[in-house]
Amino acid sequence: MTEHTGFEYAPAPESRSIVDIKPSYGLFINGDFVDGHGKSFKTISPATEEVLAEVAEADADDIDAAVRAARRAYDRVWGRMPGKERAKYLYRIARIIQERGREIAVLESIDNGKPIKETRDVDVPISAAHFFYYAGWADKLEYSGYGTEPLGVAGQVIPWNFPLLMLAWKIAPALACGNTVVLKPAETTPLTALLFAEICQQADLPPGVVNIVTGAGATGQALVGHPDVDKVAFTGSTEVGKAIARAVAGTDKKVTLELGGKAANVVFDDAPLDQAVEGIVNGIFFNQGHVCCAGSRLLVQESIADELLARLKRRMSTLRLGDPLDKNTDIGAINSAEQLAKIKELSAIGEAEGAGRWSPPCELPAHGFWFPPTVFTGVSQAHRIAREEIFGPVLSVLTFRTPSEAIEKANNTPFGLSAGVWTEKGSRILKMANALRAGVVWANTFNKFDPTSPFGGYQESGYGREGGRQGLAAYLKGGQR
Amino acid sequence: MSGRIDVRKTYKLFIGGAFPRSESGHSYVVTDPKGKFVANAALASRKDARDAVVAARKAFPGWSARTAYNRAQVLYRVAEIMEDRRPQFVAAVRQSEGLTEARADKVVDESIDRLVWYAGWADKLTQVVGNANPVAGPFFNLSTPEPTGVVAVLAPQRSSLLGLVSVVAPVVVTGNTVVVVSSYERPLPAVTFAEVLATSDVPGGVVNILTGSATTIAPWLAAHMDVNAIDLVGIAGNDELAAELEVAAADNLKRVRRPPATEPSWTASPGLDTMTDFLEIKTVWHPIGV
Amino acid sequence: MSTTATDFSDITRSEASLRRFLHGLPGVDQVGAEARAASLGTRSIKTTSKQFALDLAIRMVDLTTLEGQDTPGKVRALAAKAMRPDPADPTCPSVAAVCVYPDMVATVKEVLGDSGVKVAAVATAFPSGRAALDVKLADTRDAVEAGADEIDMVIDRGAFLAGRYRQVYDEIVAVREACGDAHLKVIFETGELQTYDNVRRASWLAMMAGAHFIKTSTGKVQPAATLPVTLVMLEAVRDFREQTGQMVGVKPAGGIRTSKDAIKYLVTVNEITGPDWLTPEWFRFGASSLLNELLMQRTKMKTGRYSGPDYFTLD
Repeated sequence: MTEHTGFEYAPAPESRSIVDIKPSYGLFINGDFVDGHGKSFKTISPATEEVLAEVAEADADDIDAAVRAARRAYDRVWGRMPGKERAKYLYRIARIIQERGREIAVLESIDNGKPIKETRDVDVPISAAHFFYYAGWADKLEYSGYGTEPLGVAGQVIPWNFPLLMLAWKIAPALACGNTVVLKPAETTPLTALLFAEICQQADLPPGVVNIVTGAGATGQALVGHPDVDKVAFTGSTEVGKAIARAVAGTDKKVTLELGGKAANVVFDDAPLDQAVEGIVNGIFFNQGHVCCAGSRLLVQESIADELLARLKRRMSTLRLGDPLDKNTDIGAINSAEQLAKIKELSAIGEAEGAGRWSPPCELPAHGFWFPPTVFTGVSQAHRIAREEIFGPVLSVLTFRTPSEAIEKANNTPFGLSAGVWTEKGSRILKMANALRAGVVWANTFNKFDPTSPFGGYQESGYGREGGRQGLAAYLKGGQR
Repeated sequence: MSGRIDVRKTYKLFIGGAFPRSESGHSYVVTDPKGKFVANAALASRKDARDAVVAARKAFPGWSARTAYNRAQVLYRVAEIMEDRRPQFVAAVRQSEGLTEARADKVVDESIDRLVWYAGWADKLTQVVGNANPVAGPFFNLSTPEPTGVVAVLAPQRSSLLGLVSVVAPVVVTGNTVVVVSSYERPLPAVTFAEVLATSDVPGGVVNILTGSATTIAPWLAAHMDVNAIDLVGIAGNDELAAELEVAAADNLKRVRRPPATEPSWTASPGLDTMTDFLEIKTVWHPIGV
Repeated sequence: MSTTATDFSDITRSEASLRRFLHGLPGVDQVGAEARAASLGTRSIKTTSKQFALDLAIRMVDLTTLEGQDTPGKVRALAAKAMRPDPADPTCPSVAAVCVYPDMVATVKEVLGDSGVKVAAVATAFPSGRAALDVKLADTRDAVEAGADEIDMVIDRGAFLAGRYRQVYDEIVAVREACGDAHLKVIFETGELQTYDNVRRASWLAMMAGAHFIKTSTGKVQPAATLPVTLVMLEAVRDFREQTGQMVGVKPAGGIRTSKDAIKYLVTVNEITGPDWLTPEWFRFGASSLLNELLMQRTKMKTGRYSGPDYFTLD
């Protein structure tokens, strides 16, 4: 991005040869790959626009077959298997993810567009850790606080921003509690879910316990609406989340939803400035901003706003955008043409509404979907870019004068997924943590995830928690809703 | 029947990740339940116990500072290696306890599964026994368990593997380090277990195993001022000695896990007390204000 | 090197004002700083960029011997190696400087002549810094008179930790004066200062007092240089230039053993302060065994084969 005179980093590509992408993939039902009966579709690399593979689409009949397989596996095998044996399957899966870690990371980068540095250091290790963590709960459910009875068959729909990690967040607790699953990965990122199916085979997981059905919105709807699904778990947009909530109304289906956000990252004048800048950058540019809990609104105390912005811009100038498989890339491709169009549209609106727009000088590759890290200054709560989720590497900067004003502005949103606060004063950290209406509050840090730490939102960011002991509630009869 | 003479193993102590003989030079005869000679095992002295405590203390800061996830991975690895060496353990248990192959199989299965069960608690126990406290004032208040330090354990006399695993795993999974006195008559599975520990990423000093007599060594451990807790299950039934040890332990207020009247069967699912007996609850306060 | 320093007299005129200023600097979050350093350490530097980095690192080494058992023979050998690090390859650049105790300066200077390699001397009752001020100044003058181009002084950590900032400041100013034309590096002994907040404060204090370079450690106390501590110091020199226009150099010393380590430091300089500091004029490595590691890597890149210690001299 910037010109470094002298110390240029030569290309440091991670080799693609470790992955073996097949020309086409079927659905994974009852332990085998089978043909889908819908209209197959292609998945592409968002960095190069090359076609990676043809993927089957599951139609209503396929969904029915998958749910039947899951039900059979639940009734005959998994639902009655002692927890300590279920645990061992999950431990096996965790280990295989670790063993094949590099391969999975490369595949995820190619299919999603995110940098190999992130898939290698974040997505894959935390996915393995989720299986490891929940494996250990399978034989300890009497201590969970939610009883020991599973729900049955879970229908799970996940997004494209952390394909494998979202799969781990869904499947690990469901299986640990004794449920069986039918999971639909996002249509733009099916490949690591299909590799996961292979891993299930390698782990000798009994057929039907995990079923992977690929497809788009229609497939997801069919899954969520299937009468023999006991539990629906969805991560994605608030809009679709609301549609699901309406669809299950009046049924016995339990639902958990993990939806969008517009998190405020609040920086006080006594913040540890350099680390706050890192936290801001991490908060909105990590994963190209494709994070539901992204710190997309910077609320900075007016007295240090100029200084903080200068440091932030300087830091943004050292971000490297480019080939996701280059180990030195910090910012990868936007996941799809559709998403890129949305980001561009909202950014144009931001400019039109009068906010000041800035990006560091950035060479965008000729092919693929790219957007430079961007900052809008002089934003107010009334601007659309302060209210709507952009889901891209775009930061809106607002100022505040006092703690109560910060709280008011931070909470002035129908979302409530996450929030950040930066200050060296302990009592203020705790005061802000108390006052911020968000399911996750990060104090002097941001975007930290751990399988033991419950994650989920208030209000229109959804309901239910994933991770930790509380994460079991979604998959046990004694848990809420 | 070949004419080949086998290379017999020397059964030594396991201290600080190494396998030293007893500093006393003493050993004792170990026989199988039928009285047949099996091996000379090191007879741990009080100085060996002293050295083991030093090793355990040295290992404690590092082990307790590791993430719970990391400790879970290490214990799971121990289970993996045990599983890999199943035949060796089955043979050791058969020889020590005189069991049939089928029963020994079951014992080894349960031992490995018990280890896996405990491994899974590392990053969960805090969520079950810790909690925030709603104090009547503007304070953040959180209670969490922490490991107590160096724990001395008198391993069960009869159950040479399952009982051993059942008293060692709960101590170390939460971050404590341990000095174990193995079963006197049935020490050999413990030595094999030590070999697995030495090759499974367990840092030296986290688990130290002394083969020898609990009745001889225990008084020294019970009186040791740098031992934080002691588990007396290995002298189950010896009420008089248990009382004496408890008195000695009082000098530095060790946490004492008293022995039951008879050694348990070890097959029932353990409760959380096996772990919480060796944990301290820490409660932290911080004011809440702008 | 600017001679017209920014006027800090408002800040340094009293103990109280100096304390207020130093304690008012932004804090450093330990976890965040260490995470940033670790992240910079994951940069993958290969092929041409690696060659560039290795040569640059060699040119930045202050080849050091600071042992009680140093003799003229030992330091002569070291000086010869400093000029020609790789006996088999004359294209290998020289190091930046040789760093010795003051009583060895003359001997080293004889060997180095006008090769361009500098002589750095530790002074001010190195490594402890525990002596009267006039003893420390005499130590400094001795080294300067013997011909030292650079003086590496130690701050009084006892005074710093006891909060006597003004005393620490005054001592640096006095030593700077005793240096004459020699350049002054100020050693903090970061292992004893312990917190990153202290390191940031010490950095500003030293820079206001006229340091040409700020340096992490004596190498005699563990931990010596670490990547996060150096990162904090690089942020300080960056901020100082932002405010005053003046550049100050940074020298991590001790504990940098492998080429990989050295390259991580160069990446950190590159991304924190920017390429202006990527020269021996503004960044040095205080090291001894690191040099051979760099040479071995350099040889591997040139020949394609892994080398061995027998092909490089110990000194």
